[in-house]
Amino acid sequence: MAEAPTAGSDEGSVDAFLQGGTSLRHAPGPYFGSYGGRWMPESLIAALDELEDTFEKAKADPEFTAQIADLNKNYSGRPSLLTEAKRFAEHAGGVRIFLKREDLNHTGSHKINNVLGQALLAKRMGKSRVIAETGAGQHGVASATAAALLGLECVVYMGAEDCRRQALNVARMELLGATVIPVTNGSQTLKDAINEALRDWVANVGHTHYLLGTAAGAHPFPAMVRYFHEVIGEEARAQILEQTGRLPDAVCACIGGGSNAIGIFHGFLDDPSVKIYGFEAGGDGVDTGRHAATITLGKPGVLHGARSYLMQDDDGQTIESHSISAGLDYPGVGPEHSYLADIGRVSYEPITDSEAMDAFRLLCRTEGIIPAIESSHALAGAIKVGQRLAAEGAAGEASDKIVIVNLSGRGDKDVATAAEWFDLLDKDSAEATIGKEGEQL
Amino acid sequence: MTSKSAIAIDKARAEGRAALIGYLPAGFPTVEETIAAGIALARNGADLIEIGIPYSDPVMDGPVIQAATTEALAKGFAVRQVFDVVAGITAETDAAVLVMTYWNPVVRMGVDEFSRRLAEAGGAGLITPDLIPDEAAEWMAASDKYGLDRVFLVAPSSSTERMRRTVEASRGFVYAVSIMGVTGARSSVSAAAEGVVAAAKAAGAERVCVGLGVSNAEHVAEIAAYADGVIVGTALVAAIRDGGADAVASLTRDLSAGLTRK
Repeated sequence: MAEAPTAGSDEGSVDAFLQGGTSLRHAPGPYFGSYGGRWMPESLIAALDELEDTFEKAKADPEFTAQIADLNKNYSGRPSLLTEAKRFAEHAGGVRIFLKREDLNHTGSHKINNVLGQALLAKRMGKSRVIAETGAGQHGVASATAAALLGLECVVYMGAEDCRRQALNVARMELLGATVIPVTNGSQTLKDAINEALRDWVANVGHTHYLLGTAAGAHPFPAMVRYFHEVIGEEARAQILEQTGRLPDAVCACIGGGSNAIGIFHGFLDDPSVKIYGFEAGGDGVDTGRHAATITLGKPGVLHGARSYLMQDDDGQTIESHSISAGLDYPGVGPEHSYLADIGRVSYEPITDSEAMDAFRLLCRTEGIIPAIESSHALAGAIKVGQRLAAEGAAGEASDKIVIVNLSGRGDKDVATAAEWFDLLDKDSAEATIGKEGEQL
Repeated sequence: MTSKSAIAIDKARAEGRAALIGYLPAGFPTVEETIAAGIALARNGADLIEIGIPYSDPVMDGPVIQAATTEALAKGFAVRQVFDVVAGITAETDAAVLVMTYWNPVVRMGVDEFSRRLAEAGGAGLITPDLIPDEAAEWMAASDKYGLDRVFLVAPSSSTERMRRTVEASRGFVYAVSIMGVTGARSSVSAAAEGVVAAAKAAGAERVCVGLGVSNAEHVAEIAAYADGVIVGTALVAAIRDGGADAVASLTRDLSAGLTRK
């Protein structure tokens, strides 16, 4: 196994902040540069303090870390595989592409890492009830799963529009014993589901934990959610060293709130030779106004407890986001990403619906893997990164380049949307109706 | 530093009663009607007026206020219009007029610029439901610069240490949240409210006003027995929704009957 390059070994990509030997890993919060913090009602501060205290003690408790390790291995199925995608890579300038297979986890995405950790913390705090927000239903299903496993009551808030579009995920959550409450106020989407969950939390905080689904929100959520997803980056780093003997040239992930991304990025933040890319939802295109490219086009502001980049108008009102991928359809982003963007450690770029769907189909047909549409944004980005890497190097050197893509989830949930997108259904079929409604995301 | 809110509360205190604070969302149903209702509030017994800025993500508000602010936004309410409302009311009345706002609209305009314009409009200060003193450095500086009141919230869940810190950072009065929950009329006032007021006073607060779930004269009387001021929101929003400024005037007269300490 080759030694990982140390800071300063690759002067072409060493950034100033790493030259001083400052580590970007394990940033504890509450602040990431000028981002993060606690922009929350006083009523909830005591609960955030209790959560922070419980989390800090749990991290240092071998019994807790052993519980997490056991659940990760024997329940979620970790470590997830690192799969080389050779036929897909032919379309990406001929570089080598490896997929971090979070799609193979129990419940089909990275979300399980975080919900198990937080549900265990809820038990430690003596709380009997968890609440969660969900967009397409992935985090809601994961939360309902963890609650069933650990014997907790679970209530999931979901925009009424999303409930209708994702009726099967509502059924899934109910099968798992959760109660799904459709949210009919505001834009009836993910951000309004978060608002409603916060209202529930403030009224029931004595026995309720808010199981937030992404690395955003008030401290300690961003640092805590990242902690539970750091296993992705740690595994990926060890696996690529084992399989190829060296670190990758680039790591790619999709960004909604940014939890899968911060999880895999964390493993490589202190490796200056590794370029890191976050791909935001470009929707219909960043010049159309219909997108969710928060870092690319947003401005710093405060929403849902943290200071971060935010899609907002001149009055500071939140703008509704748009993406074919419900999991990326959020007008905010985790504060650590805002910081990593500002210092230049991570490059954030938009990927349109159309680019993502092309990558979706390409992975299906070249590798026999149906990716989540969220993850397809990272795949589309990896194609661009691969082509750039190939163009930079001398002829024949592309095959020496290595790119890791975080395949954050499987695409079974997206088949109706994809079938509609690619016009694969009879016009009158029930599936066509579902697909049509799903496609209006 | 003189505080418009403190002066208004002390005036009520000198009259042997608690102060009445009434909330109205700006731009609901129109900017003009908010001004008219604000004037009606002041002329019928309110000592302080709280003008809310409609916001896209009002996490501390229940259904009635959400519906009102959503409607105001749908009709095109712009944040700068809150200064027109404040100026419109202060031009006609002696009431202290505060603005209640979620923090992002202030951040977007610039904390200093927002404060400057609020002071220029004759505003007394800000009530900030999602800003805690820990994050308020910019607002502390701007409110000092422009002589504005800083009304932070304390809750039944606030620790002794947080209570002390919040009281210390506040100017004008401290807003005691009566219940763990969001805005909205309730059938009875939470028993927790009196404890929150006592804790805030023990932490050094000179003036503590109670809000959340206060909707009628009986509630007002109950709170007036131990607090310096009583804050009414949802009931007034329902009044302006159903009967305009006249209904606001009538409800304010009813509410103010409960203020005198027995």
